[in-house]
Amino acid sequence: MDDLDTQNIELQLLLQAIHLKYGYDFKNYAKASIKRRILQRLERDNFKNISEMQHKILYDIDFFENLLLELSLNVAEMFRDPPIYLRLRHKIIPELRKFAHLKIWHVGCSTGEEVYSMAILLKEEGLYERSQIYATDMNKQLLKQAKDGIYDIKKLRQYTANYQKAGGLESFSDYYSAHYNHVVMNKSLKEHILFSDHNLATDGVFGEMNLIMARNILIYFNRELQNRALGLFFDSLSTGGFLCLGLKESIRFADCAKYFEEVHKDEKIYRKF
Amino acid sequence: MNVFEAVVVGSSAGGIRALENLLAPLPNDFPLPIIIVQHLHPESESYLPKILATHCALPVKQAEEREIIQAGRVYIAPPNYHLLIEEDYSFSLSLEPPVRYARPSVDVMFETAVYAYRDKLIGIILTGANDDGSYGVKKLKQMGGYVIVQDPKTAEAEAMPKSAIAAAQVDKILPIEQVGVYLLQLVNRSLRGGIS
Repeated sequence: MDDLDTQNIELQLLLQAIHLKYGYDFKNYAKASIKRRILQRLERDNFKNISEMQHKILYDIDFFENLLLELSLNVAEMFRDPPIYLRLRHKIIPELRKFAHLKIWHVGCSTGEEVYSMAILLKEEGLYERSQIYATDMNKQLLKQAKDGIYDIKKLRQYTANYQKAGGLESFSDYYSAHYNHVVMNKSLKEHILFSDHNLATDGVFGEMNLIMARNILIYFNRELQNRALGLFFDSLSTGGFLCLGLKESIRFADCAKYFEEVHKDEKIYRKF
Repeated sequence: MNVFEAVVVGSSAGGIRALENLLAPLPNDFPLPIIIVQHLHPESESYLPKILATHCALPVKQAEEREIIQAGRVYIAPPNYHLLIEEDYSFSLSLEPPVRYARPSVDVMFETAVYAYRDKLIGIILTGANDDGSYGVKKLKQMGGYVIVQDPKTAEAEAMPKSAIAAAQVDKILPIEQVGVYLLQLVNRSLRGGIS
């Protein structure tokens, strides 16, 4: 057994320790990304090995929360992949219009950029007032940022371009107020968004959704956890409800795949029947 | 003695022509997978596999998440995602922040490839205008793998090969026309058990 094998044992023990102490279960996450992020941190803080870092993680909550942020931070963007929003606007919204009340679950909302994108889309299509958006993430720090809806002004050019490509009907600047180096999303966009923490590895079903947005979440999970998450999505959707995944994701390996119809292949939009 | 199991390649500015040069001499029974990170514009269509396939006897495709890596295939990282290699020899994708402004990042792919293939890995750095890949090359050499770098004098952009050469004691520096042929010889020798 060489050092790399020992390191893998330490990593396994660390994930077990984090689960036992803090309740976050990373054991079924895709290992390469978790391992790389932990080793980056280890190198930066000059720990000798993972075991030494584990001691710090178990006894220093601030250190752990900081690491947790690094483990769960993935870059979010407003109207990321604009063709998705075009497809939602033209093909999915007309279906959703048939309902008197809409429930939408935004899974793994991170810092909130895609949730606000959805709120804007619903507003422009006249559906926002009858919608309830549930935005969840396992990380409370990220949820807080999402709720604040404050973003770096430097990113706005990209977001505005995305918004226009996504078929936006208004001027994007109508949706935020600009300050020195940041923008704050309008309060009215937040009225029907409920932010709460939810962990796909350990928590249960969210009821009777018409649409679940779960984009670029499954790529971080191994097959087993992907299957669990997709099972949760299936159980949380009402019949005829839609599931929208990330462009590089698929349901084809999940047990529940046979109960979904692939309605827009390129945009990874599925419908429960 | 190394019996190599995979080849990883990083390239950036000018990389498409360099990759064509690299792949052209390889026969259709080349025994290892070749995994490529080429920097592309985030919104570029994934045309690269198609272009490279016309210059290559091996099947070329974009890497998919959870796909099992197979010998004799060429895999390209999708634009705007990091490509990672799992220790069960499958791919993962991620939207972690760009590393040194790059996503996909050569460093991220190389580093995770090192954890998976350890010293049974060949790394190749080609033309590029930044220093992505130099950290990965350092890791690869620490683990005992083999590194080939395109001679910066023959590179359209020399920063990437130069910083790889500065980062570690690389094994071979070659003009681009010779990299593919040398790779083939290296792999054949290793399979016959001739390299130490």
